[in-house]
Amino acid sequence: MQQNTEYQTDIKMGFRKFINSKTLLSFITAFILLGTNLLMAQTEAAAGAAGQAEAPQVDWTGVSYYLLLFFLVCLGVAVIGKILKIYDLTLKIQGKKGMKWNTVMAVICLVFLLAGIYGAYWSFTVQGSMTLPEAASVHGVKIDEMFTVTTVLTMIVFFITQILLFGFLFNYRHSDKRRAHFLPHNNTIEKVWTIAPAIVLTVLVVFGFFTWQTIMNTTNVKGDINIDITGHQFAWELRYPGKDGKLGPKNFRFVTAANKLGVNFKKRSSFDDLQADTMYLPVNRPVRLNIEAQDVIHSVYMPHFRVQLNAVPGLPTFFKFTPTITTAQMRSKLDDSKFEYLVYCNKICGGGHYNMQKVVRVVTEAEYQSWLSRQKPYLTDQLRKELHFAAADQPKTGEQNRLALNN
Amino acid sequence: MSTLAVHDHGVAHHDDHGHEHHHNQSFLSKYVFSMDHKMIAKQFLITGITMAVIAMILSILFRIQLAYPDKTFPLLTTLLGRFAPNGRISADFYLSLVTIHGTIMVFFVLTAGLSGTFANLLIPLQVGARDMASPFMNMLSYWFFFMASVVMLSSFLVQKGPASGGWTIYPPLSALPKAMPGSGEGMTLWLISMVMFVASSLMGGINYVSTVLNMRTKGMDLWKMPLTIWALFLTAILGVLAFPVLVAGVVLLIFDRSFGTSFYLSDIVLNGVQQPFEGGSPILFQHLFWFLGHPEVYIVIMPAMGISSEIMSVNSRKPIFGYHAMVYSLVGITVLSFIVWGHHMFVTGMNPFLGGVFMITTLIIAVPSAVKTFNWLATLWRGNIRFTPAMLFAIGMVSFFISGGLTGIFLGNAALDINLHDTYFVVAHFHLVMGSAAIFGMLAGVYHWFPKMFGRMMDEKLGYLHFWLTFIGAYLVFFPMHFMGLDGVPRRYYAFTEFVSMQRWLTVNTFITWAAIMAACAQVAFLYNFITSIFIGKKATQNPWESNTLEWTTPVEHLHGNWPGEIPTVYRWPYDYSKPGAEEDYIPQTVPFSQTMSSNQAHDFEDNPKGLEELNKFTSTLKANEQVK
Repeated sequence: MQQNTEYQTDIKMGFRKFINSKTLLSFITAFILLGTNLLMAQTEAAAGAAGQAEAPQVDWTGVSYYLLLFFLVCLGVAVIGKILKIYDLTLKIQGKKGMKWNTVMAVICLVFLLAGIYGAYWSFTVQGSMTLPEAASVHGVKIDEMFTVTTVLTMIVFFITQILLFGFLFNYRHSDKRRAHFLPHNNTIEKVWTIAPAIVLTVLVVFGFFTWQTIMNTTNVKGDINIDITGHQFAWELRYPGKDGKLGPKNFRFVTAANKLGVNFKKRSSFDDLQADTMYLPVNRPVRLNIEAQDVIHSVYMPHFRVQLNAVPGLPTFFKFTPTITTAQMRSKLDDSKFEYLVYCNKICGGGHYNMQKVVRVVTEAEYQSWLSRQKPYLTDQLRKELHFAAADQPKTGEQNRLALNN
Repeated sequence: MSTLAVHDHGVAHHDDHGHEHHHNQSFLSKYVFSMDHKMIAKQFLITGITMAVIAMILSILFRIQLAYPDKTFPLLTTLLGRFAPNGRISADFYLSLVTIHGTIMVFFVLTAGLSGTFANLLIPLQVGARDMASPFMNMLSYWFFFMASVVMLSSFLVQKGPASGGWTIYPPLSALPKAMPGSGEGMTLWLISMVMFVASSLMGGINYVSTVLNMRTKGMDLWKMPLTIWALFLTAILGVLAFPVLVAGVVLLIFDRSFGTSFYLSDIVLNGVQQPFEGGSPILFQHLFWFLGHPEVYIVIMPAMGISSEIMSVNSRKPIFGYHAMVYSLVGITVLSFIVWGHHMFVTGMNPFLGGVFMITTLIIAVPSAVKTFNWLATLWRGNIRFTPAMLFAIGMVSFFISGGLTGIFLGNAALDINLHDTYFVVAHFHLVMGSAAIFGMLAGVYHWFPKMFGRMMDEKLGYLHFWLTFIGAYLVFFPMHFMGLDGVPRRYYAFTEFVSMQRWLTVNTFITWAAIMAACAQVAFLYNFITSIFIGKKATQNPWESNTLEWTTPVEHLHGNWPGEIPTVYRWPYDYSKPGAEEDYIPQTVPFSQTMSSNQAHDFEDNPKGLEELNKFTSTLKANEQVK
């Protein structure tokens, strides 16, 4: 350990020296840096030998290469600046007006506009084709329709306004010969462009509002598949109902190593619950995800189904949707034999946030039933033992549980 | 409206400041604990720029991680020590970088750095006051901000690193020190820093509001104020009303963290251990946070709007189009911004009906924003546009505001937000509409008012270089992010390597990182220009941009009290550019209508029947003379 800290301080001192050399470089010459870097490399090697052999080595030549490159660019900029200044001065000596920077900028604005339109077009076609495939759920199709309408409307506005903006800049660039048009206001046109966006937005609001209401205002109908999905750092836990089609109630006070979700086994509906590693969903049947988190906020995000809802500790929520495309169908559609639907976590939840996924398979009803029959019960032998053990030898625990239930 | 103005203070202050007592100030009272609004503005600006550079470096660090998730950079270990073991930034420190980058940019740069600088500089100068209403409170405002900055940065020195729950610090992640390393001392320091920051912001805001309301010079009624003042005034009102709610939220979070209360916590099992909290709601914090948080984004963008309006008018040599509509849309945004916060919470599990309501209010706020955009375009139409660096940055602000604003229509729609929430689409949206746009507004202001602050000019050519590299760089960075979001790539992911579907975005990430590095290098041009121009820039003339507003009637040399003699009286609105019949293409606000008979229009006398009568008399005699000829 001590060696390690020594090594670190050594490096830090080295770095300080390096900083100094960098400032020198920007003021005097590039050669000093190269010299210092050779020196640094030696210190580094010595420190490395003294400390851990496997410690990562800073590639100072690589660093200095980039710094030198940046310095050269700065130098180039300075040289071009000086040349422009001299050119400007010679023009003035010849009795002409200096560089017409207004015209230069106006032309660059026009070039930017044209390049920008092409760039946007390129981005739309190339990167636009990398976006999500068609929605694999009933409500997702509605969302995608709204998305298309909104995209068309906003993109029209986007291109018109940007073209006007940069077009005006080019067209009305400064000239000593004319004066700007004095136009403080025009009430008619102002009314027009207040009311026009208001109407467009009203249309979008109305459609959006009703789409949103139909997606979110769902009721639990008999025959829905209720699935329990619980987030914790950094994984999702799944629980399926058994033959009764009902999920047993949960309470965080019941959580133990064997009863991870805190299922309440005082209730009959809990006994036949199943646990699963992969989320299997039958196609074309309404699924109701019961979402909760145990520690911090997570978010159940299934982009292919256009499903997202936060998993909040202490606030159980649900999202009901109907998958329409099976995994196999999607695979052939995308021509990707390894494609999987996934649940992501989409609310920052800690260091493992970036890798909190669960595979989702949409299958036919028959496949679903056979899969379901192979799932293990949530009430494992260990849990059974634990509960019996608790009931027989520690009546206290039972009392506590009852107390907790009263809460 | 003019009855609101109090006119007598100018005379009263004049006696105090007539002696010009600034020459006997010590170094400490002139440069450090200064109570002169111009010096405080410079203090805010330089601290803001420093914080911006730090936050930018943080962003480059995490961009390197995103571009090269599998490569090791021993230099990072050398620089960051335990935060980047084996040449790679750790996952926890990545989140710290994201968090502190966001916090610094939103609060320390775009709130304090922007409002603090330009409200302090411009309010007294443009309304015609000798200083702020309370110079001492103004000084305290800066020093609270400075302390907040120091505390925020000091969190990099604690063992477990700075706060890392995202700049929105949602509990329970931020409330449970064991949930992640950054929720330990780093989070405590974050909370302390924010409380000081809010204190600073409130002291500043109250000052700005009272100065604008009570200390305008003779003739400066509300409808003669430049749009910068309107924007800064309404921003200050927003801040004064919204920031206290953040303090309330933060104090309850401190209670949950340190005193075992359960305001935000309930039913928690952390790492298999049941926590004693019951009955709280994490959603409550989100409501409190976004009740500030949404007005906050308007606190960030409105000064940039005001600054850009002013600069675009001056440099198009044209009055701002629809001055009244510009003011009313600012007022509309101010009011509406208080009732839209729920659009950040569509998918939090909040009652879906509330989501619908917030969607309606959110899309309504797009109307005043659209009006502003169209008015800016109309201002440029048939102008005589001078491309100063300030003008370019103001235009860049408009371009970003359009690009980023339009994607807000997607995100404000609750149904579309289901799939876009917390993806890179959001990152692209707010970085364009409030990040880049506000930064460009701030830079426009720096280039435009640099001569007023330092008495020297900045180099134009370097300004051009700075503008184009930054403008193109920002688009290259943020435009592709929209498509990543549309592919369902979540934000705040440490690496895209774990998901097969995200791996194809790695090349795009590399491209974005290099664009970001280019844009970051371009800031060196600005810093070099800014620092050297303070000392060796070309000496500025009194009114270098041929502008109408009051600040250009003050002498180039700074005086404590701004004007050597009496404060000038204001006779007209600030946008009489290129008025037909006038000698020059600008008429300063201090020129009375009696001196510009040839250019007066009926429009100038809308609330002044006597003046209108005079004008009619003048025009009829003019006509009569012509007929005689």
